[in-house]
Amino acid sequence: MKNEILVDLKNISFYYGEIPVLEDVSFSIKRNDFMAIIGPNGGGKTTLLRIMLGLLKPDSGTVRVFDKRPEEGRKSIGYLPQNIFFDLNFPINVFDMVIMGRYREPIKKYSENDVKSVLNALETVGMLEYKNRHISMLSAGQLQRILIARAIAREPELLLLDEPMSSVDPETQKSIYELFLELNKKMAVVFVTHDIGAISVYIDRVLCLNRKLFYHGPKEGSLGKLEEAYSCPVEILAHGIPHRVLGRHKK
Amino acid sequence: MEIFQYEFMRNAIIAAVLVNITCGIVGTYVVIKKLVFISGGISHAAFGGIGLGYFLGVNPIVAAVPFSLLSAITIGLISKRSKLSEDAAIGIIWAAGMAMGIIFINLTPGYAPDLFSYLFGNILTIPLTDLYIMLILDSIIILIIILFFKEFYAVSFDEEFSTVIGIPNKIIYLVLLCMVALSVVILIRIVGIILVIALLTIPSSICRQFTYNIKKLIISSIVTGIIITVAGLWLSYLLNLASGATIIILLAVVFFISFLAKRIFSSFKFFRF
Repeated sequence: MKNEILVDLKNISFYYGEIPVLEDVSFSIKRNDFMAIIGPNGGGKTTLLRIMLGLLKPDSGTVRVFDKRPEEGRKSIGYLPQNIFFDLNFPINVFDMVIMGRYREPIKKYSENDVKSVLNALETVGMLEYKNRHISMLSAGQLQRILIARAIAREPELLLLDEPMSSVDPETQKSIYELFLELNKKMAVVFVTHDIGAISVYIDRVLCLNRKLFYHGPKEGSLGKLEEAYSCPVEILAHGIPHRVLGRHKK
Repeated sequence: MEIFQYEFMRNAIIAAVLVNITCGIVGTYVVIKKLVFISGGISHAAFGGIGLGYFLGVNPIVAAVPFSLLSAITIGLISKRSKLSEDAAIGIIWAAGMAMGIIFINLTPGYAPDLFSYLFGNILTIPLTDLYIMLILDSIIILIIILFFKEFYAVSFDEEFSTVIGIPNKIIYLVLLCMVALSVVILIRIVGIILVIALLTIPSSICRQFTYNIKKLIISSIVTGIIITVAGLWLSYLLNLASGATIIILLAVVFFISFLAKRIFSSFKFFRF
């Protein structure tokens, strides 16, 4: 079961009008994956996530999510969007927002179990004490943690996170990485970033995307390919522990 | 309070309660999902249906119901799918619907109805049967909102996330627009297109300044709407002014005062409930 394929993409191409965004991209996400999708702005990372979620249809290629069409399979995905499109003045507090992540079917009310999962998720991201707070009264970083709570409250089999570290301070970033690592025991975690420094020592696999798939594999092999993907020299330093890309240097 | 002795006044007050139940519920979603302009488009397009009713010689409301449901769905689909900008699409349907209404009435031989009464309505001439129709409308809307509360709440808040978690986002959105259309058509004869828009928009806009809880927002919008409508009726009786227009002016004045009060007292916590 460990190598069971959760998401399978074959020869995906996507165009916005005439402009190619993704060309012939194939890869799969397995059950125990902890994967980063990196690449420059406009490299197609968010488009790729949205295709996996069935929010966009590829112009060619096939997508299977939990061996179903994305529209059905996506119910088992916890999703953190990059941009928020909602109105911060909307009448909703933190708890009511996170419990939306527990939605399963119409008419039935949210159960006690749902409430428990929400409180757990809020505890996990360290926002439990804010549960009755209106969303307009949160900082950007707190809101990001609430969005993460909404995704994990679903208890999904796969977490898809689009730029999860945006507007999060470095100290919190570290604790969020550790949180993802913990969650990775129960679910696959895939996140998108354009910030190469954000690739932590924890990542198993890196996927470099700039319209085409440049590299897909263990992080150590990715450096040369990164330069190719960004089409300019990329300097990745092996400095502090949380931001280290390479393995620890042997002396 | 001598005015309550008259049956037409009693009916008007019952109508005020029933109208505001519909408008408080639907209007809350209209305001929080920013559908005011769409609702304006649907309301005015409904006028085409009324004209069609006269032309075909059937009850105008009977013709206006399918007509405005259709225009609601058209606006909904255009705003979601087309590359045409949403507000342009609304403007086109808004204008075309009203123009069709005028043309149909032109083409109808004989008595031409007073179009002005459809714009501003007349809450003082409501027959008993209309009160029953409004009661049925209220029941349908309350039932839909209670059954699908989670869906409407989630779709109003975040459409993309709702889609991902398996809510049929487009259907819920279209049902919401159809509720707007249905409310508008049934309320047109009673309070007029303009007052429908005012009642869908202003009570919820007043109340949302003071609460972040959607259930409290719905209930307070209904209560605020009823109080202002009845007060407006009473004022129009006292001052011998048109009832619909008086109610609208009073709504606008209360909104303006609440807006200023909110600005001045916003530092006080007790100003939220």
